[in-house]
Amino acid sequence: MTTTATAPVTAVARAEGRGIAGHRRSPALTLGMLAFLIYFLLPLFWLVVASTKTMGDLFASFGLWFADDFSLPDNLRRVFTVQDGMYGRWLLNTAIYAVVSAGGAAVLAALGGYGFAKFGFRGNKALFGLVLGAIMVPSTALAIPTYLIFAKIGLVNTPWAIILPSLVNPFGLYLMRIYAEDAVPDSLLEAARIDGAGEFRIFRQVVLRLLAPGFVTVLLFTLVATWNNYFLPLIMLNDPSLYPVTVGLANWAAQATVAGGSGDVVPLVVTGSLLSIIPLVAAFLMLQRYWQGGLATGGVKQ
Amino acid sequence: MNRHRARVGYLFVAPFLLVFVAMLVVPLAYAGYLSLFREQLIGGTTFVGLENYARALSDERLLGGVLRVGEFFLIQVPLMLLLGLFFALALDSGMLWLSRFIRLGIFVPYAVPSVVAALMWGYLYGPEFGPIAQLAETLGLPAPNLLGGSLMLGSLANIVTWEFAGYNMIILYAALRAIPSELYEAAAVDGAGAWRTAWNVKIPALRPALLMALIFSVIGSFQLFNEPQLMQRLAPNVIDSAYTPNLYAYSLAFTSQDVNYAAAVSFLLGVVIVAVSYTVQLAANRRRTP
Repeated sequence: MTTTATAPVTAVARAEGRGIAGHRRSPALTLGMLAFLIYFLLPLFWLVVASTKTMGDLFASFGLWFADDFSLPDNLRRVFTVQDGMYGRWLLNTAIYAVVSAGGAAVLAALGGYGFAKFGFRGNKALFGLVLGAIMVPSTALAIPTYLIFAKIGLVNTPWAIILPSLVNPFGLYLMRIYAEDAVPDSLLEAARIDGAGEFRIFRQVVLRLLAPGFVTVLLFTLVATWNNYFLPLIMLNDPSLYPVTVGLANWAAQATVAGGSGDVVPLVVTGSLLSIIPLVAAFLMLQRYWQGGLATGGVKQ
Repeated sequence: MNRHRARVGYLFVAPFLLVFVAMLVVPLAYAGYLSLFREQLIGGTTFVGLENYARALSDERLLGGVLRVGEFFLIQVPLMLLLGLFFALALDSGMLWLSRFIRLGIFVPYAVPSVVAALMWGYLYGPEFGPIAQLAETLGLPAPNLLGGSLMLGSLANIVTWEFAGYNMIILYAALRAIPSELYEAAAVDGAGAWRTAWNVKIPALRPALLMALIFSVIGSFQLFNEPQLMQRLAPNVIDSAYTPNLYAYSLAFTSQDVNYAAAVSFLLGVVIVAVSYTVQLAANRRRTP
């Protein structure tokens, strides 16, 4: 990937519905898009409906509508009390792994991206090229050797086994570098240097603020990647009290399959699934102004 | 002064590079190293050169898995990217009511963990109490066996499309918003309508974003693991331990305890992904400069 396009990133925040003047809104296109929207929201609607049902109703009643018994409170109580409240533990683990990994990855990417963008040290291009190439290295191909190394140094079955590999986000570095190139004017850096500010003070007090949208983007997307991670914790952890919610739910689902209809585990899987997606959906909705702007950077340039 | 600045530059990139080497370069090199050995019951671990790779290249289970994810890639990725492109263009056209609501609604599945997505769709597909089967029964139609051998790949493709079409839409939409207005003004002067503007101005401007989305899709497809691993329990006869190369590597390492061969398989899979990604990039660049 080489830098080719140089369109300004600032154009993102423009008002919606521009383009050629005099556009009419189209009922047909809107209806078509609403049909697609139903496809994307229907499974989530099913999940909400299913989490209000008893085990019996899950099998007996129509899947896409509520049954007579409203058992959501009961399901919620059970989710948080079975196995001594293991589910709450899983949620907490997920939050810790995701927040620490995302925070760390975003800080590393911001420091590195700024360093690559604004300092012409020897080997800059070669090192950055190396990192870019690594975007294509599949993370699952790394998981097995990482597991073997961690097993040797005693990191398996600890939170670090999840956090450390999640700190490296080559795409995040790439995003921060192109973001820093545009968002941090050289003249501002020069002025701060003439004022006698040290490089790290400049970074903390001037640069970081300018990088905020890019920073939030990397933060959110690493958060999603870690929150949703399944393969890595699946192989790294075998102590259920360390599981993130993904591995925990998959375990419950496996029990439900083994137990067939008798285990009464399916409502736990369904209600637990619903609860596990709420925090991320909320984070995306609340922070949309930031990440939508930050994302444009990655898409516009190559 | 400049030398001092260069040193500062190194300090800024050092933390990232340190973790990069420890968590990416070292494991990769270790996988490469491991793949050159074999553990035997008698004689312990011995150096076998490229023997594991020779074994992998003639391993029908691995090749079957690679072909299957290749097929998955060819079916699922064009569909997902076309949907994402269509959604992005529709949103950007300004012709929609409720466009903000539609945009966020289509994007929401991206925030759903693939484990939850697979569990959810697994229940929806279920032949006994899944709503799809229920609807078919109500209408007196034979319920399609969505977890059967012939439809499984399509069912998996549907899950992945559901998860990522909205993500691709957002990437492409963000790129569309960043197209400079001068290009539109030029098109308007030429008297171009909405469709011609989309075709002549917007889609060419989306090239880099589309290429990036395509590369990420190559990586995602060939690494396919979570969805088939979770569906395995619902359809153990359809999804075996080598259904995808990653499932195979996982079962080699943790069920068969054959870490050396598993390392070779992982390494080869990485090579396949890099090769396909480069091919895609080369093809895209060649078409740009004929």
